[in-house]
Amino acid sequence: MSVRTFEDEKRSARKRILLGRRFMTFFMTMILLLFSFLFLMPVIFTFTNSFMSASEISANYGAVFATTQTGGKVFVSRTVNLKFIPDLVTGAQYMTVLLRSPSYLLKFWNSVIYVVPIVVLQLFVALLAAYGFSRERSFVKEMIFFIYIILMLMPYQVTLVPNFLVSQTLHIVNTRWAIWLPGIFSPFAVFLLTKFMRRIPLGVLEAAKIDGAGEWQIFSQIAMPLCKGAIASVAILIFIDYWNMVEQPLVLLDDEDMHPLSVFLSKINSGEISLAFAVAVIYMVLPLLLFLYGEDYLVEGITYQGGVKG
Amino acid sequence: MGRKDKIRSWLFLTPSLLGVMAFFIAPFFVVIYYSVVNNPVQHEFVGFSNYVRVASNEAHQLAAFNTIRFSVTAVPLAVLLSLVIAVIMEAKLPYRSFFRSCLLSPLMVPVASIVLIWQVLFHYNGLVNESLEVLFHMSKIDWLKSSHGQIVIVLLFLWKNLGYNMILFMAALSSVPADLIEVARIEGAGKGKIFFSIKLRYISATILFVTVMSILNSFKVFRETYLMTGEYPYDSLYLLQHFMNNTFVSLDYQKLSAAAVMMFLVIMVLVGIMFVTEDRFDRDMEE
Repeated sequence: MSVRTFEDEKRSARKRILLGRRFMTFFMTMILLLFSFLFLMPVIFTFTNSFMSASEISANYGAVFATTQTGGKVFVSRTVNLKFIPDLVTGAQYMTVLLRSPSYLLKFWNSVIYVVPIVVLQLFVALLAAYGFSRERSFVKEMIFFIYIILMLMPYQVTLVPNFLVSQTLHIVNTRWAIWLPGIFSPFAVFLLTKFMRRIPLGVLEAAKIDGAGEWQIFSQIAMPLCKGAIASVAILIFIDYWNMVEQPLVLLDDEDMHPLSVFLSKINSGEISLAFAVAVIYMVLPLLLFLYGEDYLVEGITYQGGVKG
Repeated sequence: MGRKDKIRSWLFLTPSLLGVMAFFIAPFFVVIYYSVVNNPVQHEFVGFSNYVRVASNEAHQLAAFNTIRFSVTAVPLAVLLSLVIAVIMEAKLPYRSFFRSCLLSPLMVPVASIVLIWQVLFHYNGLVNESLEVLFHMSKIDWLKSSHGQIVIVLLFLWKNLGYNMILFMAALSSVPADLIEVARIEGAGKGKIFFSIKLRYISATILFVTVMSILNSFKVFRETYLMTGEYPYDSLYLLQHFMNNTFVSLDYQKLSAAAVMMFLVIMVLVGIMFVTEDRFDRDMEE
């Protein structure tokens, strides 16, 4: 017969707590795992389905788009099967997209032509503006920043008419400039970068000034390098935003040959649905590379942020 | 700083200011002008009659109601859920960075593929209905063509935005000074108290920031809605952007302009409220 000592009591209590903590960790991990699967599913799904044959795709998903398909003699099952593994793995869709019809590659190239200058120049203009907003703060600047935030929040449909009017006045409708210019001057990056720059301790900049650095030097050699992470994270966000644009080209460009791939993809559901997945995968490659390269920046770049006003 | 520096700081602003003036602000004045004339040809001043026309328009009322209902449900959910996930992630869990990447992955998927997948999932004979039938013996719902349509859009919005919101919160939570928490712990504060009265107050600015980003993204969900359901969706999915889009297509610029100005005013009030709130928070932090 042993008497439970105080020490025993303590040990078993500690064990219970440890067990409880382990269980919590396990439980939380399971929840996150479930979440991760749900979030990752569409990516996996798009990828695996891109290797499906055309007939299998129309058999599986034809029912969804039955109303939009022009009556062909294809077998369409009544139920919609979300399939992860194709019955027959084939690269036929990729062959079609990459080799047989050059129009996809042309549109892909269009996307690049629109997005790259917008990302680079919007960042440049925004960096300057962010520096201007964070140095020498005044009431007038606060008011202007306030207007920038409102403009940033406006849905595209609200700016649709203004956008169209300007393009008409400048005679740039149906040219690439109609997409480039509003993109370059979009207030989005200004907002994010200003919030970041305002977190740079004033002392750092003032010290440089005392050492005799001019404003441009302070901007380019101190403020900008300090924002490296933020620049990368904002670049990713701008890239994704314009990579997926649909409305602007539809309104401002009549010529379909000038449309980016995103517009074409958005219409694919009513046309060649069998190609949809393969084109989507090709379209995902660039964002994915950017993401893999910049994910750490995306996370670290926002560490300084907070607030609306900054 | 002297006057010279002041002028220099304005010089940095100039390129952006000029561009924003030319492409956003100046044309907006034209829009305001359009909203008070009878048509773009005659330019006859008609006061607020265009506004009355929009405000009394049933389609506009429905659209405004739906948009507000969507934002009021989706935005708080997006803020709250992402905060919860961020707190869970804060605990030293295994595979943390893997989870983080997974939750961010929706950012990469092209809008069109999302639309395709969502249509397949929520089709009348789709996976969601089949699973609900098997698991809960629920009768099938034609999601996108029913009053439950907004649920689908809210889910889509959350799926797309939780990841980014989450990393914003994770960054903020990790910047809460550790010694502050240590002091509170020594003084006997429990986990809950530390979270609510220290961490939450410390990240209040981020909460506002995430809210702004969520509102911004909640307007963008129109693109997916439009691609899934077209110009005239089921009543519950008819958003303000549908209304504007259709008005644009029918070339009724006056009506569209009036609607745009009204939306501008609403957003202005919203941002104004957030500015004031943040001032309060700032003062709160300084105390």
